[in-house]
Amino acid sequence: MFLKQISVFVENKVGRLAKVTKILGENGIDISALSIADTANFGILRMIVNDPDKALRVIKDAGLAAKTTEVLAVEVPDRPGGLVPVLEIFQKHNISIEYLYSFVKRTLDSAYILFKVDDIQRAAEALQRENINVLTEQEVNGL
Amino acid sequence: MLYWNKRYECMDRRELDELKREKLIKTVCRVYHNVPYYRDLMQKKGIAPEDITELEHLQKLPFTTKQDLRENYPFGLFAVPLSEIVRVHASSGTTGKPTVVGYTRNDIAAWSELMARSLVCAGTTKQSIVQIAYGYGLFTGGLGAHYGAERLGALVIPISGGNTKRQIMLMKDFGTTVLACTPSYALYLAETMEEMGIKPEELRLKSGIFGAEPWTDNMRREIETRLGISAIDIYGLSEVIGPGVACECEYKDGLHIFEDYFIPEIIDPDTGEVLPSGSEGELVITTIDKEGLPVIRYRTNDITSLKEEPCKCGRTHVRMNKVVGRTDDMLIIRGVNVFPSQIESILVDIGDTQPHYQLVVNREGKLDTLQVLVEVSQSLFSDEVRRLEDLKRKIVHEIQSVLGISVDVKLVEPKTLERSSGKAKRVLDNRNL
Repeated sequence: MFLKQISVFVENKVGRLAKVTKILGENGIDISALSIADTANFGILRMIVNDPDKALRVIKDAGLAAKTTEVLAVEVPDRPGGLVPVLEIFQKHNISIEYLYSFVKRTLDSAYILFKVDDIQRAAEALQRENINVLTEQEVNGL
Repeated sequence: MLYWNKRYECMDRRELDELKREKLIKTVCRVYHNVPYYRDLMQKKGIAPEDITELEHLQKLPFTTKQDLRENYPFGLFAVPLSEIVRVHASSGTTGKPTVVGYTRNDIAAWSELMARSLVCAGTTKQSIVQIAYGYGLFTGGLGAHYGAERLGALVIPISGGNTKRQIMLMKDFGTTVLACTPSYALYLAETMEEMGIKPEELRLKSGIFGAEPWTDNMRREIETRLGISAIDIYGLSEVIGPGVACECEYKDGLHIFEDYFIPEIIDPDTGEVLPSGSEGELVITTIDKEGLPVIRYRTNDITSLKEEPCKCGRTHVRMNKVVGRTDDMLIIRGVNVFPSQIESILVDIGDTQPHYQLVVNREGKLDTLQVLVEVSQSLFSDEVRRLEDLKRKIVHEIQSVLGISVDVKLVEPKTLERSSGKAKRVLDNRNL
């Protein structure tokens, strides 16, 4: 149920993002979501890809520091306020969100949001009890 | 095998001092009569060879510096005719002309003797397989270790530096037991081995003899754990002879300076005054056995201190502590003396492994700034910005509390800082002073 997200350390320099995405492209790895957390001199590039194990290997082979983290992919209605119910469930269960970002791919009436939370197991259960769709890796790759 | 040459390595102190005195007198005579440069200097100071009769008289003699060697480039300070010289070595000469060192046949024999003693300190025996990954050529590391290991009768693999994957393959296939290289290259080998998925248990490596650059005890621990060996520090410099001036014994508590060949002194690098026993200062060495290029009171630029108390190993020769830095490596940042090694131990304490780092010094207006670039290794990396920011703050804070200076820390990608298979480039000083 959890997704393996790839995080890569990148310096804030021209061409770094291009370098990472090029490595993935050359190895036939498809990126379905990505975000960058940045500070004054470095950033963390986070991605959901179709083959996280291979992605981790080729990125490390290229000499970059990278690791995998488990995140949740949640389906929310694509309309104003669509994200609110999910956030309220987290609040009710006292689950804190470390970061979130949305998918590159969308269907007509749904959006997909990725969450990194402090207690991923409890977060997933809470959402499912309230009938909110938490996507599996196969579902994400099928989008 | 405990000692290579017990008679001299464990000589009674009084007998040793007498030997040093006799050899010093001979050396002074030799340079006075054979090297015009030393003769002129001594005459200018009003010193005749006959004035040097005791060890303490050494202090009357002038210092020799790297600059003096350069000014007499290439062979001006040789004390024998060129026909007696059988080999030359030279320093890298990164700043201007190299310094050239000449060896007679006896010098090569003496150097081999010193390197054999050092290798025995590192547990080498006739049965050992010694892989020499110091560079061969004008640099003294490779050939110095080579001749010592051959003298000892070990099996020598003269592979020289670089070609890391091949080094590891041969290490495995030939069953290398002793590794000789720079400490930073030893770590690079460990790193590459891990990348290749080769575990230390798959090798027969037992010990390593590492030198040619200053390194810390933290770095020693890391080399020992990652390669599964005992790591011994060896000291030397080409101007004096090359590696084998001093070496640690199995107790790893200071490096024995082979006093039947060299007389060490510790001086204040600013005033040139000889410091009391045990003080930290610049190491000065006088060679008392060399024929080709004897040096009188050669200023090594290395900062250390001497230990005169007897060592558990039974060797009577004085020990020098690990070199803490170089007078020319020492950075003065806003009036504070900073050695790269100090920053290095702080980083090791924080990150638990040997970090790759570089110090960048700039002058903004009238103010010196120090930036510390730290490579984010796999183990330091975190998916959370907060953790990485904490790491940065911690480094800044530790340096502030230990050295009393504020620095800017910048995290950089792995393997982006300049490093070579030889010496790591630790400092980039952009000030134009």
